[in-house]
Amino acid sequence: MTLLELQNVSYQSKNKEILKNISLQIDRGDYLSIVGPSGSGKSTFLKLCAHLLSPTEGEIFFKGKDFREYSPLELRRKIAYCAQTPCLFGDTVADNLSFPYLIRKQKVDLARVEALFSSLNLNFEFMKKDVQSLSGGEKQRIVLIRTLLFKPEILLLDEVSSALDVTNTLLVEKVISSLNQTGTTVLWITHDLEQSRKYAHKLLTLDNGKIKAEEVLR
Amino acid sequence: MNSGAAISISSLFMASSLVIVSLLFSYFQKLGLEKETLISVGRAIIQLIIVGYILEYVFGQKSPVFTTLLLVFMTFNAAYNAAKRGKRIRNGLLISFVSIAIGATITLSVLLLSGAIQYEPFQIIPIGGMIISNAMIALGLCYRRLTSDFKDKREEVEAKLALGADILPASLEIIRDAIRTGMLPTIDSAKTLGIVALPGMMTGLILAGVSPVMAIRYQIMVTFMMLSTTAIASFIACYLAYRTFFNQRKQLMN
Ligand SMILES: Nc1ncnc2c1ncn2[C@@H]1O[C@H](COP(=O)(O)OP(=O)(O)OP(=O)(O)O)[C@@H](O)[C@H]1O
Ligand SMILES: [Mg+2]
Repeated sequence: MTLLELQNVSYQSKNKEILKNISLQIDRGDYLSIVGPSGSGKSTFLKLCAHLLSPTEGEIFFKGKDFREYSPLELRRKIAYCAQTPCLFGDTVADNLSFPYLIRKQKVDLARVEALFSSLNLNFEFMKKDVQSLSGGEKQRIVLIRTLLFKPEILLLDEVSSALDVTNTLLVEKVISSLNQTGTTVLWITHDLEQSRKYAHKLLTLDNGKIKAEEVLR
Repeated sequence: MNSGAAISISSLFMASSLVIVSLLFSYFQKLGLEKETLISVGRAIIQLIIVGYILEYVFGQKSPVFTTLLLVFMTFNAAYNAAKRGKRIRNGLLISFVSIAIGATITLSVLLLSGAIQYEPFQIIPIGGMIISNAMIALGLCYRRLTSDFKDKREEVEAKLALGADILPASLEIIRDAIRTGMLPTIDSAKTLGIVALPGMMTGLILAGVSPVMAIRYQIMVTFMMLSTTAIASFIACYLAYRTFFNQRKQLMN
């Protein structure tokens, strides 16, 4: 079943064509790695899928229905997105992790938070930490946890392990691939060629705003 | 100037020698400010004479309708100026007008109901002018802050949207900071009242022969009304204005 489909999608920003005529189908349960040179439009592509931008031409469909037929909130709660630069807000880590519950008017599920902390090798004490005091790699993992508190149907990841050491990168890969095995569709941008082929079912190469290659890996 | 209230034309004329001091100073120090000084003194005199006669006329009009129209006119002017500080904000003029009008109406109503002032032009117009212009400055600050924060904190807002937040929770911190920015000058000046400077209004009352103990009562009232008007106006304006930074699909615009 096609979960996400792009039809002739282009994105133009201030006279600059960033993405040109992208057509792509992603099935439920797919695991897609996205690679390509810097500036090729990978992040912009993911932002379109997260509905943080709308295509200037073409359409995007989720479960066969145009994005515009969904409410933006409903869409974003089913399609989770982790940006390239990890951005924490508020004062403490706890502020960040309670936010997704707050906006859904739910009580914070501490057991869930704790499980995610331990799966990414973070001490639960981090909850009290000041966001300004975190290292780049710690920020990246907190942002990932914040994205995963509610299990999404599609997970969009933009270089989420770029600041991590080998051990922690492996942990992130494990968490993501186990999510994928339980039905979450994954789209992951990476600059790490080994990582891009490790778990993914498909490899998408972007170049200069166009699809250069689409390779089936397994 | 013994009895306070009156200052004669001849003494004003003599006081004008003070301008000559500043002109001589500028000339010998080669500051090149002589022309500027003369123009600004000239403008001050002409503007004040006109305002004096207008106010004399206005205060003579006992009609409350006329007074109200004048307040509306002042609010419109203030809204127009505030809106210029937030060019990106859709309906900036309308938003500013509504927020200043509500802030001023609530404040003036409380003052009237408490019996602190009467609906007489000589009380309503100067007080209205003070609170309206104060609210105008506050709104200008709010808009500048909103505009710069929605630009600088784009990643933060988008992170919150991506987590499934509606545009209000995604903007709440920015809205609060903007309201705070609008209100701070008024709060700060209240803090230093009487210590750093005697406010112009109080100085004026004292010069006009009102006892300082009586003058502070007015000043306290003015401080209260400035605080309430800026708070109400900033709050309403920010909550009305933040939406302009998003499109129909709840995406942050460029
Ligand atoms: N808001 C914008 N306005 C103008 N140009 C933009 C905007 N966002 C991105 N671009 C341009 O679009 C191109 C693609 O940007 P994008 O961030 O999608 O690249 P990327 O493939 O993710 O690069 P990297 O690997 O360095 O993260 C770049 O040339 C960038 O300068
Ligand atoms: Mg990128």
